[in-house]
Amino acid sequence: MNTQAPFTIEQFYKFLTQAKLMAGKCLKCGKTHLPPRPLCDRCFGQEFEWVEISGKGHLLTYTVIHVAPLQFQALAPYAVGIVQLENQLKIPGMITGIPQEQLKIGRELTIDFAACAAGQTWPQWQRYCFKPT
Amino acid sequence: MNGKPLVSIVSAGLSKFGKHEGLYAREIFSFAVKEAFDRCPKLDPKRDIKAMFIGHMGEAYEHQGHMGAAVADWAGLAGIPATRTEAACASSGAALRSGIYAVLSGLADTVIVGGVEKMTHRTTAEVTEYLAMASDYPFEQFHGITFPGLFALMATAHMNDYGTTQEQMAKVAVKNHYHASLNPKAHLQKEITVDTVLSSKVVAWPLKLYDCSLITDGASCIIMTKPELASKFTDAPVHIIGSGQASDTIGLYERTSLTSLNSAKLAAKTAYEMAALKPSDINVAEVHDCFTFVEIMSYEDLGFCPVGKGGKLIESGETRLGGRLPVNTSGGLKAKGHPVGATGTAQAYEIYLQLTGQADKRQVKDAKVGLTHNVGGSGATATVHVYRSDHA
Repeated sequence: MNTQAPFTIEQFYKFLTQAKLMAGKCLKCGKTHLPPRPLCDRCFGQEFEWVEISGKGHLLTYTVIHVAPLQFQALAPYAVGIVQLENQLKIPGMITGIPQEQLKIGRELTIDFAACAAGQTWPQWQRYCFKPT
Repeated sequence: MNGKPLVSIVSAGLSKFGKHEGLYAREIFSFAVKEAFDRCPKLDPKRDIKAMFIGHMGEAYEHQGHMGAAVADWAGLAGIPATRTEAACASSGAALRSGIYAVLSGLADTVIVGGVEKMTHRTTAEVTEYLAMASDYPFEQFHGITFPGLFALMATAHMNDYGTTQEQMAKVAVKNHYHASLNPKAHLQKEITVDTVLSSKVVAWPLKLYDCSLITDGASCIIMTKPELASKFTDAPVHIIGSGQASDTIGLYERTSLTSLNSAKLAAKTAYEMAALKPSDINVAEVHDCFTFVEIMSYEDLGFCPVGKGGKLIESGETRLGGRLPVNTSGGLKAKGHPVGATGTAQAYEIYLQLTGQADKRQVKDAKVGLTHNVGGSGATATVHVYRSDHA
């Protein structure tokens, strides 16, 4: 593991291109941050280690977006949700491959590192999404 | 503090809310400020007003930043310190709070606080994008989550946890449109039915078009002074006796609860404690109904009903005019309109009218204690203020 990589959002997205979901664990108080932060919001520690998080989780809540910003209009309607991962960590993301009527709180999902289509100039990050487990 | 006035409102102004074609924000603000000056003939604006705080959310709408000075200039007040406050949809709630800081600090005896937004000249897609800027970029906007989308995520969780229904949300819209039909300054002054809401097109399920507040142009302002100076300007001041502001994580996904706003609960707790009052002491309230669901959630966050019972409270009719605790008598963001930066002090304007007996057809009988609840973003900011009038 590259311990020199900065604990930033940019770095979080760089790890995604290696199909890794990485969080920053504070060496002082042990809090795990997803996304990573350069300053621990619990103890103000600035030293962290990378921990790999399983991409499997369950759906905490969801919506289906019909009125989308310009950049996402071609995808609408699309589902987004907040997914509960291990260690009380949560992240939002698009949900693909499930018809709306089958979306259900509690449903098991797995992260998909393949980039979702949506053109953009900045930032040129890879966009993860969630699919059925 | 214990219920002692922090500051006293001596005047207030509100532009018509709606579409102001061909007008700039600063021009719309001049209508609000003129009303406030005219309402208070004993005030000499150029002599008495010592500072200005203006809520304004987006430079993108008019390609105009630096709104504090721009608005002060067009209000005839160039010369005084004028500062823009930005906290998304709570921008003028934050301006109000900043005005209180200024007066209590002793640096300015009398201040004007307000807000403005000019939105209707932009397309819905543009407005959707600009509003989304108030949410987390790298994990929310970047993944296509819109503003209605964030509140829809909370609504879905609330429906799941407490059985809240889309019909209950629709009833918030019906009530607030009814109230707006009694408010000549409201953007939409027509009544609707539950079916109007349920059959409107989906924006972000479960929220539909008629669950959403309006894209509106408008401006609002409040003139406040030290309580001991209020009688110089008016016989009927409205005192602010409680003020709370709080923040939360910028990303909704990092919060402990998806069915309440911790910022609003913290701000409310501070404001109630300062005012030495309880939720049951409130006679009239303006809450942040940017989406119908949010009014239901606010009932719970403000202690108007137990957690999970917000849907039952709207069904009971108690928050309609004539009920125990009328909420959003102005029509709320839902029907009066939501020119984002203007909303916080527009809520204070309505409470000022209510507590001074000037609310005309929508007057709440014997209203003495009022509350405003202004939320920024998906709840990363909230302000809550408690107001009291002493006159009969």
